[in-house]
Amino acid sequence: MKLLNVSGSPHVHSDESTKKIMWRVNLALVPALLVAIAYFGLNALLVSIVSVAACVLFQWLIEKFIMKQPTTNIWDGSAVITGLLLAFNVPATCEMVWIVAIGALVAIGIGKMSFGGLGKNPFNPALVGRVFMLISFPVQMTTWPVPAAKAFSFSADAVTGATPLGILKEGGAEALPQAWELIVGHMGGSMGEVSALAILIGAIYLLIRKVITWHIPVAFIGTAFLMSLICGACGMAPEGVNAGYYAVQQILMGGIMLGACFMATDMVTSPMSKSGQLIFGVGCGLLTIIIRNWGSYPEGVSFAILLMNAVTPLINRGFKPKRFAK
Amino acid sequence: MGGVHPEENKISTNAVIEKFPVPAQMTVLMNQHLGAPATPIVAKGDKVKVGQLIGEAQAFMCANVHSPVSGTVKDITAVKDPFGMMKPAIVIDVEGDEWMETIDRTPDIKRECNLDSKEVIAKLKEMGIVGLGGATFPAHIKYAVPEGKKAEYLIINAVECEPYLTSDHRVMLEHAEEICIGIDILRGALNVPHAYIGIENNKPEPIAHMQKVAAQFGGRLIVEPLKVKYPQGAEKQLINAITGRCVPSGKLPIDVGCVVSNVGTTFAVYEAIQKNKPLIENILTVTGKKLPSQHNYQVRIGTTYSDIIKHSIGELPATTGKVISGGPMMGKAMCNLDAPTVKGASSVLVIDEGEAVRAQESNCIRCGKCMMACPMGLEPYLFSALVRNDRFEEAGANNILDCIECGCCFFSCPANKPLLDEIRLGKNKMRAILAAKKK
Repeated sequence: MKLLNVSGSPHVHSDESTKKIMWRVNLALVPALLVAIAYFGLNALLVSIVSVAACVLFQWLIEKFIMKQPTTNIWDGSAVITGLLLAFNVPATCEMVWIVAIGALVAIGIGKMSFGGLGKNPFNPALVGRVFMLISFPVQMTTWPVPAAKAFSFSADAVTGATPLGILKEGGAEALPQAWELIVGHMGGSMGEVSALAILIGAIYLLIRKVITWHIPVAFIGTAFLMSLICGACGMAPEGVNAGYYAVQQILMGGIMLGACFMATDMVTSPMSKSGQLIFGVGCGLLTIIIRNWGSYPEGVSFAILLMNAVTPLINRGFKPKRFAK
Repeated sequence: MGGVHPEENKISTNAVIEKFPVPAQMTVLMNQHLGAPATPIVAKGDKVKVGQLIGEAQAFMCANVHSPVSGTVKDITAVKDPFGMMKPAIVIDVEGDEWMETIDRTPDIKRECNLDSKEVIAKLKEMGIVGLGGATFPAHIKYAVPEGKKAEYLIINAVECEPYLTSDHRVMLEHAEEICIGIDILRGALNVPHAYIGIENNKPEPIAHMQKVAAQFGGRLIVEPLKVKYPQGAEKQLINAITGRCVPSGKLPIDVGCVVSNVGTTFAVYEAIQKNKPLIENILTVTGKKLPSQHNYQVRIGTTYSDIIKHSIGELPATTGKVISGGPMMGKAMCNLDAPTVKGASSVLVIDEGEAVRAQESNCIRCGKCMMACPMGLEPYLFSALVRNDRFEEAGANNILDCIECGCCFFSCPANKPLLDEIRLGKNKMRAILAAKKK
């Protein structure tokens, strides 16, 4: 007679899987990828492909030759997310093609696999890779192509310009993008961060599919907005710009939208409880604006999220879910 | 808070309750309830009748066991229960179907009951009534409210939030009047003004029918339709949904003035009090997606699972992976189908191979779905990590003992981590630590 299976309850499963979650995040990144290709041409596509391929390849090599055992299914999509986010965080120039491959090695090798693979890493792997590239290749990482200057070409000498945050830091207001450019992302910057609209479409999809909750993005963006409003009111806004518009500029320019919706919400490196997530988001927002206004870098999103990643275990300890009958 | 929405799969809903034929031999276990086993009071070769007391409750936490058949006691022995544990039992060779004369077998419904609280409780004890919701807690202990505590609410659990199970659903449609009389008797015994019957909103038929019947009881019985969410029928969650009160950690429902009974139990209470019939039969669902037919049976307690399967569907489908006693969320997988049913048995659930095997486990991605699903507001992911590292006391400090083992965490885990297995291990270790500390 055939033997019956015996195991503890429950005997049914929700059919939810890590793979499904990861591919949903990848799908949510597609609008921003399309915008990047539209604005920055085939360079953007090439950088993305190299970045994703390098991440998947390095993870596979490390599992096969160093760890000698698979940590996750290589096609579960998590390495693809890291690859896409890494590409989204660099300027879409052709010399980035080889730099991003090095970034991928650091992101996957040091950021993720050295801790034991998916789920074990304390820091967001894509940000580890990005910060490594920013420090190691400061010139290439801050040479920004201007959108649509040479769309659909592989030209090595695409027109470059400063990012709006760079302009703001230097105190210039006249070269800043128009309001409509802020919304659709028609400005210089890392290829995936420019279009708030595309990022929001992806984020709304993730909210609907319950991959992320609203807590981190709202707390992050809300805090950054409020703090910029205060800074603007205290005279830190460029001449001729009122505090409200300055705060809007602050959250739409640079990486806050991408960071708040896709990187701070990385489930592995963010707090578990809702209250913890709010604290985490507020921390990210505060640190970002502090670094932008008083740090030496014009942009602070990466550092802010990495710093908050570091305190996540502490937040998990202090901010527990609400218990029944408590 | 928390909770999940598993597929309902109530495919046996329309199967009318059938009387299951009496098998040729019966094995009656002596511990069919929470607590100590009953003591056999018959000897080998004795003739017994249906409803005759054969196992007596001698310990405090114990319940009487009655013969579900008439015939000759063949053996007093120990047999394997459905889960492979040896249990004391009485084996009876069935001869005819001769009932005790005291049992009223007429189909008439008897409405009047003049017993007072003490007499009702004595009767519950005599008839071996236990809770049929799963825990099989002896009813005479539950309804004897301890000194210094006061019952304010009687809550009847007719939620049946477990997928697949339909015995409560059927019993409410077919025996609503008996149930309501049973509830009213219990309400009187507790001396509370109202009894609340909680039914999940996905059962509109039983809700409407019970409301119609309950209306004849002068407003004493109130049907409460509840939101569809597993585990709505868990005791603490049900009390909270109906009264708004929260049973604190480590406390019992009576500490917040509540007594909760399953709807199936109230039918048994009616039969015991009004008809003098001991708990010798219960309603059992036979269901599964791949079964040729779905059934709800009234079965003599002690019929073997293999007899039930043989009579209802012939044999198990070739692709059967698991046979479960109870629902898919909290039921137990059986390894010995030749074992007899017991008082708390509510179903034979046949799960196909494809669903019976757990998917490969992978790393926790800290998505927090287990936490969001936990109806007790606990952190299953944390227990998993602590238990794996033998840090049981830390798990205890994070209230691992509050876990009600509903299975929502494991159900919703995308990494397929066996969270509830680990939590059960942690709870057992923690209880052992606490017991050792007391000494």
